Amino acid sequence: MSAPISQRLQRWFRPRRGWVIAVPLLWLTLFFLLPFGIVLKISLSEAAIAIPPYSAIVNVGAETVSLVVSFSNYLFLMSDSLYVAAYWGSLKIAFVATLACLLIGYPMAYAMARAPAHWQLVLLLLVMLPSWTSFLIRVYAWMGILSNNGLINNTLLWLGLIDSPIRMMNTNFAVILGIVYAYLPFMILPLYANLTRLDGSLLEAASDLGSRSFNTFLKVTLPLSKGGIIAGSMLVFIPAVGEYVIPELLGGPNTVMIGKVLWEEFFNNRDWPVASALAMVMLALLLIPIALFHRYQSRELKE
Amino acid sequence: MTQPMTLTNPSTDIRHQLPAEQEMSSTTGKKSSRVQKETLMEIRRVSKRFDEALAVDDVSLTIRRGEIFALLGGSGSGKSTLLRMLAGFEKPCEGQILLEGKDISRTPPYERAINMMFQSYALFPHMTVAENIAFGLKQDKLPKAEIRERVAEMLKLVHMEGFAKRKPHQLSGGQRQRVALARSLAKRPSLLLLDEPMGALDKKLRTEMQLEVVEILERVGVTCIMVTHDQEEAMTMADRVAIMSDGWIVQVGSPVDVYESPANRMVAEFVGTVNLFAGEIVMDEADCCVIDSPELGRRIRIDHGISTPADERGVWVAVRPEKTLLSLEQPKGDFNWAAGTVEDIAYLGGLSVYYVRTEQGHLVKVSLANTTRRSERPGWDDEVYIHWDERSAVVLRD
Repeated sequence: MSAPISQRLQRWFRPRRGWVIAVPLLWLTLFFLLPFGIVLKISLSEAAIAIPPYSAIVNVGAETVSLVVSFSNYLFLMSDSLYVAAYWGSLKIAFVATLACLLIGYPMAYAMARAPAHWQLVLLLLVMLPSWTSFLIRVYAWMGILSNNGLINNTLLWLGLIDSPIRMMNTNFAVILGIVYAYLPFMILPLYANLTRLDGSLLEAASDLGSRSFNTFLKVTLPLSKGGIIAGSMLVFIPAVGEYVIPELLGGPNTVMIGKVLWEEFFNNRDWPVASALAMVMLALLLIPIALFHRYQSRELKE
Repeated sequence: MTQPMTLTNPSTDIRHQLPAEQEMSSTTGKKSSRVQKETLMEIRRVSKRFDEALAVDDVSLTIRRGEIFALLGGSGSGKSTLLRMLAGFEKPCEGQILLEGKDISRTPPYERAINMMFQSYALFPHMTVAENIAFGLKQDKLPKAEIRERVAEMLKLVHMEGFAKRKPHQLSGGQRQRVALARSLAKRPSLLLLDEPMGALDKKLRTEMQLEVVEILERVGVTCIMVTHDQEEAMTMADRVAIMSDGWIVQVGSPVDVYESPANRMVAEFVGTVNLFAGEIVMDEADCCVIDSPELGRRIRIDHGISTPADERGVWVAVRPEKTLLSLEQPKGDFNWAAGTVEDIAYLGGLSVYYVRTEQGHLVKVSLANTTRRSERPGWDDEVYIHWDERSAVVLRD
């Protein structure tokens, strides 16, 4: 009535699209969707003195199964201005840092893309080379440079340009500087990839039609590198919002960023539900730009 | 104004003199009524070197107002480099380029009244068709209403009225070419440059567009220099053709000139196909000359004298395949024929090309127009004779 088992097995195990998708799907389910579900669950529970330190959502009684969902953590986040300020501070710092990365990274990427071919690989390596040392060490190094008796202040004092050291360490400036320094390659690489693809004959055509170099840059190069700008900005902005190490090491009392607040809720207060709610809100905030980017990309592809 | 001169090169080198001689006879251009005697552009002894390699070598040319001029040559002949110098993307190492009497050799591209249609069209992908055409006009800071009017006029000229809002990637190859042409004409340049204008089109569309582009150019009345490696395209579109090789110009003339009176062997072989016979001049008089050709196995007689120096007796005799005749009976006389066998026949529809192996082992191409549907023709391995009229052959040197 049906095909022999060997044939059915063959059909089942024949390499098909489903199998190719299955591997990343399994990966994402195990390491993204499942943890996400757990965090979501914790964020909807209430803090309790227990191990783990939160109440269960689903309670199985003798005859009843009750589901207790608590939104109190989310309401608490909105009622306390600290959290709103932390979100706002994170977005602000990430935005300024992204903008600075773009302003520094674009000329660098442009110069790299215009450089002679045999130089491009060297320049590319130079951009990536710092990432080969530990991130933590590089941020520590900035402490040595920025502190009151650090490299910059000592040099300026020695030159007699200032009488007392400028306070740079433990300020928002130091945090932004650290983020720009750490994430600059993520801005440069997509921009470089985009700019090398730019057809040189378009620039010649613009020049032929009477456009000078700067105008050609504004009217042709810049609009055509929009994809690179958006990709680079996303790659810097999204991790910068949740950044913890840099504000912890370089930031001061005035630096309120969500990554640091989250850490404190989790490890100092041991309030897992509130920390989880913080993470969920942060994710929601970041989803907006990601969704916008995705829509832009799919529209570009369709065109 | 200066006297319209073909070549300002005082060199006595034969390669510079030959084009000049050809030039004199090129008054029979098919569209000569449109072409004016006035000089629009003069290229004076221009050279360009890239790291010691000479791309353009001492080129001098005069372009008349209103003509379509083709630079024809293989890859690496320097034709594109010359065009890029005219556009301003490259600076000549030596020499001058004069547009309407003014030296523009050092003028940047954005200040030249010259526009170019690129081989890849180079349409701005992020702009609509209308924005592409308006780009050059906006650089001139023309009033908005005038730009709109000019864009509409250009779209009408290239029959693309309904496509103003489209983006380049939504157009077909032929439509893109029309837009590129409209964009390069929008600023009403005094000179239009076309870089391999049909290079990105398929064969069928190519022949269609060749005639249409010429029609548009004639309607606008713009002077045009085009670069191509396709001799058919150059001959279809241009009033005059310059054959380039190794960075210098071998011959300048009308399509008829370069085809019927090639300056040397290289031109004869590059423009169309040709049968060549090596020989030595044995008699040279005012009204005829005789050439002894062991390759033909017989003497060749030509109806005009060629005034050769005594020490340059070795020449090539060139006969075009369509002027080479085929017969089954032995031709009369002692000149201009050979016996052979048909080795191959290429049926091309409109015409058939016969490959005849002569008794001397020389392969001769003969093309016959297929004027009737079926006719008695020699077949494979038939014994035939090839011959030609004494007016058909041309004497060439290397």
